[in-house]
Amino acid sequence: MPVAPATPVRPVAPVPAAALAFTGVTKAYGAHTVLAGISLELRAGSRLGLIGPAAAGKSVICKLACGLEAPDGGDIHVLGESLAGRSEASLGPLRQRIGFLFQSYALFDYLTVEQNVAFPLQQRGRHDAAAIEARVAERLRSVGLAGSEAKLTAELSGGMKKRVGIARATVADPELVIYDEPTAGLDPVTTQKIYDLLAADQARTGASVLAVSSDVIALAAFVDEIAFLYRGTIVYRGPAATIADAPDPMVRQFVRGELTGPLAEGGA
Amino acid sequence: MIAAFARSVGRSALAITEEVGGIVVLAGKVLRAVVSLRSPRLDARELWSNLYKMGNRSVPIVVLTAFFAGGLMMLQTGPFVKKLGATSLAGWGAGYAVLREIGPILIALMFSGRVGANNTAELSTMTVTEQLDGLRALAIDPVRFLVVPRVIAMIVMLVALTIIGDLVALGGAAIVGRVMLGIDAAQMYHSLADNLRPYDMLHGVYKSIAFGAAIAVSSCYFGITVRGGAVGVGRAVNAAVVASAVSILLLDFFLTYVSA
Repeated sequence: MPVAPATPVRPVAPVPAAALAFTGVTKAYGAHTVLAGISLELRAGSRLGLIGPAAAGKSVICKLACGLEAPDGGDIHVLGESLAGRSEASLGPLRQRIGFLFQSYALFDYLTVEQNVAFPLQQRGRHDAAAIEARVAERLRSVGLAGSEAKLTAELSGGMKKRVGIARATVADPELVIYDEPTAGLDPVTTQKIYDLLAADQARTGASVLAVSSDVIALAAFVDEIAFLYRGTIVYRGPAATIADAPDPMVRQFVRGELTGPLAEGGA
Repeated sequence: MIAAFARSVGRSALAITEEVGGIVVLAGKVLRAVVSLRSPRLDARELWSNLYKMGNRSVPIVVLTAFFAGGLMMLQTGPFVKKLGATSLAGWGAGYAVLREIGPILIALMFSGRVGANNTAELSTMTVTEQLDGLRALAIDPVRFLVVPRVIAMIVMLVALTIIGDLVALGGAAIVGRVMLGIDAAQMYHSLADNLRPYDMLHGVYKSIAFGAAIAVSSCYFGITVRGGAVGVGRAVNAAVVASAVSILLLDFFLTYVSA
């Protein structure tokens, strides 16, 4: 079955109003409460940015959304399906509809760049080898890694690994894409290129996007809305374009990087 | 002080129980994945790659170990056999010990140190770098994709290496017997052929199946449950080697007792 790399892609399944919905979700590790009953919704086809101090629980939200971790309480609905009580095996079909870029890349270090990107398609067994090869070549070109197909991931810089991760996360045109720090460690020019690429991809596929980033200014240019996570709760959510002038003083202080203000020292 | 000691013993007992329970649960998952008709797909590349690196690359060290182990058996028993004039039993003595006991257990311990430790280090590095979560996010079960091929490869290759090692050890015993003790090779052969039963060889083979399964499951368990970065990887490798060695010795005792 051929893969059409450049044609608009629409999910086959009916898209629910909310691609992602957290309702009263709690999560603690031992005595440390990370999420204290957060409620968060990502509308289908929209882009939501998530910001917050280090160790606030942003990556935990990403993993909860993919079912990689289970919440202690509350409900999570992803692409119209509840994650409550789901076994690992039953999450498989849902995860095939999600693309996930890990903060730490999570690339398979015994595979080459090309094999890493081809891996999801090969494992799903729905496409022939030629179609996979063409699709992988298109993805690697789009992230600027054409010519690096045969390299092992250990030979790559952090920025290149991030781009391989993006190519792998988007190679199957998922309906929901979760980017955990897509531009961490990248220079400003590469950061802009990556966000342009993500925006073009999202426009083509119509996917819903949840993006976590510490680079708020670059993130704000990519997403529609930004939510601010602080001490286990979403304390603010508003338009990305005006995030620097948000009415919440904590958000303003965080976005502007001011040393004095209502944000407690130590962040999360 | 007594309370502190009791707490310490209790904590250790709980930790051991948790680890043994985890290993048993993982073994169950592997077995279910192997026999399951719903998810029979096994990644051929993973399987072949593990068969090669776990088996082929272990041959030199196994051959070396087995040769000297066989020779040592002859060196230890040979002088007494000659003193008692029972050289016709020299081959049987060396063969019986090598095939039923020394061969399987020595090769399993070598295999655990070389392959099991390497496997734990590899899987635990994949775990701490989130590669296992990466598989799960791609809807791929890490047990089916990573653990099952490793378990199959370790069992198959430990059996193969044990058979190779047994033959090399017998060869080592024959050479040492001939060169150092003057025991004729033909006499060795007849002593073996007349006194050993096929079951003696099979006894070592089924032990190696059990040892291979124990090394594989425990090394995978500690690899996929590691916590805490590089320090955690070191601890996991250490725990896997200890657990494998203890499992080998316990299984050896149990299997020998049952078959005695």
